[in-house]
Amino acid sequence: MMVNGHDGQTGMKKTTLLGLLALVIRRDLVLAMRRRADVLTTLIFFVMVVSLFPLGVGPEMDMLRKMAAGVLWVAALLSSMLSLGRLFSADYLDGTLEQMMLAPQSLSMLVLGKMTAHWMVSGLPLVLMAPVLGLQFDMPVQALGVLIIGLLLGTPVLSMVGAIGAALTLGLRGGGVLLSLLVLPLCIPVLIFGTGAVEAVSTGLSAASHLSLLGALLVLALVFTPWVTAQALRISME
Amino acid sequence: MAINWFKYSAPTTFYGLAGKLIPWFAFSSAILFVVGLYIGFAVAPADYQQGEFYRIIFIHVPSSILSMFLYLVMAGYAALGLIFNTRLSAMMATAIAPTGALFAFISLWTGALWGKPMWGAWWVWDARLTSELILLFLYLGFIALHASIDDPRRADRASALLAIVGSVNVPIIYFSVQWWNTLHQGSTIKFSGTSMHVAMQQAMFITLAACWLYAIAVVLARVRSIILERERNTTWITELPEVRS
Amino acid sequence: MSGLDIWMRENPLAYVWLGSYAVAFFIFTIEIAMVRHKRKITLQQVRLMREAEDEARDDKFGGND
Repeated sequence: MMVNGHDGQTGMKKTTLLGLLALVIRRDLVLAMRRRADVLTTLIFFVMVVSLFPLGVGPEMDMLRKMAAGVLWVAALLSSMLSLGRLFSADYLDGTLEQMMLAPQSLSMLVLGKMTAHWMVSGLPLVLMAPVLGLQFDMPVQALGVLIIGLLLGTPVLSMVGAIGAALTLGLRGGGVLLSLLVLPLCIPVLIFGTGAVEAVSTGLSAASHLSLLGALLVLALVFTPWVTAQALRISME
Repeated sequence: MAINWFKYSAPTTFYGLAGKLIPWFAFSSAILFVVGLYIGFAVAPADYQQGEFYRIIFIHVPSSILSMFLYLVMAGYAALGLIFNTRLSAMMATAIAPTGALFAFISLWTGALWGKPMWGAWWVWDARLTSELILLFLYLGFIALHASIDDPRRADRASALLAIVGSVNVPIIYFSVQWWNTLHQGSTIKFSGTSMHVAMQQAMFITLAACWLYAIAVVLARVRSIILERERNTTWITELPEVRS
Repeated sequence: MSGLDIWMRENPLAYVWLGSYAVAFFIFTIEIAMVRHKRKITLQQVRLMREAEDEARDDKFGGND
């Protein structure tokens, strides 16, 4: 297992790009599994925020059904912000990040690996949890399906756009709040298309256009954000 | 010392040039405001639909246009600073941000005041108002990021990257908000923009120019302070008459 | 609320001037004041630094910068 920076360095030398990606993902997943509490906290936060809404606005099922998608999406947005601070900070503190930047392999690819691992740890559990919470809001099955597809397409974008913010605020005081301030406005399109898809289905329209726009955002993010995040890391580390 | 002087020649000449230009921009801005508002309030007739309320347009539209335009200019300077490593561009980007944010705020404020008599509500989730609000958030993010990094070089470069990412995002955000708005059909009231009286148009263009000149004057004044602050260890700063006195 | 509504309909120009233009020009004034203040403070700082440097140079001949 490539857990510490030096082993990773020697191991990466002979790997292809995809191998490198898998290596970084596996390393981050192993690290995350050692700190399971962090993963659980994000998930619990998500569940809690969603459960607070009925208490805040009242238990009328009609209203709750209407706002379910929005509530779930906003909660997902907020809880992905929570875990973003940890994306680079541990590696930054123990010097692994510096090693990664000195490594001959492309930093963008390493960053993509870290983003993917971050999504698997903090995004995927939310997606899996969402149907249960959706049922609490009495969402119809069809809408639930679209919500899940939307979250599957959208939460990686949140992780990737968030990574830019995480890299820019690396090592700053008050980084967490600042990070949300920077990243949340950039995530608004994801929120709009994600909730729009559910709303389209529940009004009897097709969600295809919303979902394909979400897909387009995902592709755009996949192409650009690893490189931008790598640049941001270079700026923060120099 | 000669090398020093050459190295900082761009901010040096710019500092003096900006100092000479600021009064002209400020003066012409004031004149244009007076002329534009005179035409807007005394010459232009009341709108047959909106009565006197439409006269908010002479501050609302210029500040909206400028808030968007200044963000692009800021991102442009930020990109220049990041690519060519010119320090003056980064300083310009930093100097533009507060003015842009204030124009975004004025645009939101006057939009709300316009909305009350027209739509009966202070705030309507109209596509343009919502985009303007998000633009204000983007400005605030830029300013907050720059303010929280102590090392000026890192602050410049990090916030420059953020500005570029933001400017790439602006069209996406605008499109998605428009999409969201048409989906919800909240407000379908359109302003009678096409049937504008000539005097209204003239007044609007003149106040737009006035706001523009004002923005240039304020940004130049702010960038002069930033130059002073950043370059205070150089000889040319210590030889400036205002420092010597 | 309705009181404001009635006042607004009766005095549209006052509403426009006080609500929009007065606020906008107030913001402009504040911004100008802030810019001037910043200039004053920065100039003071630079002057102080220069004086400190001059003193240091007097104390120790040949100080760089």
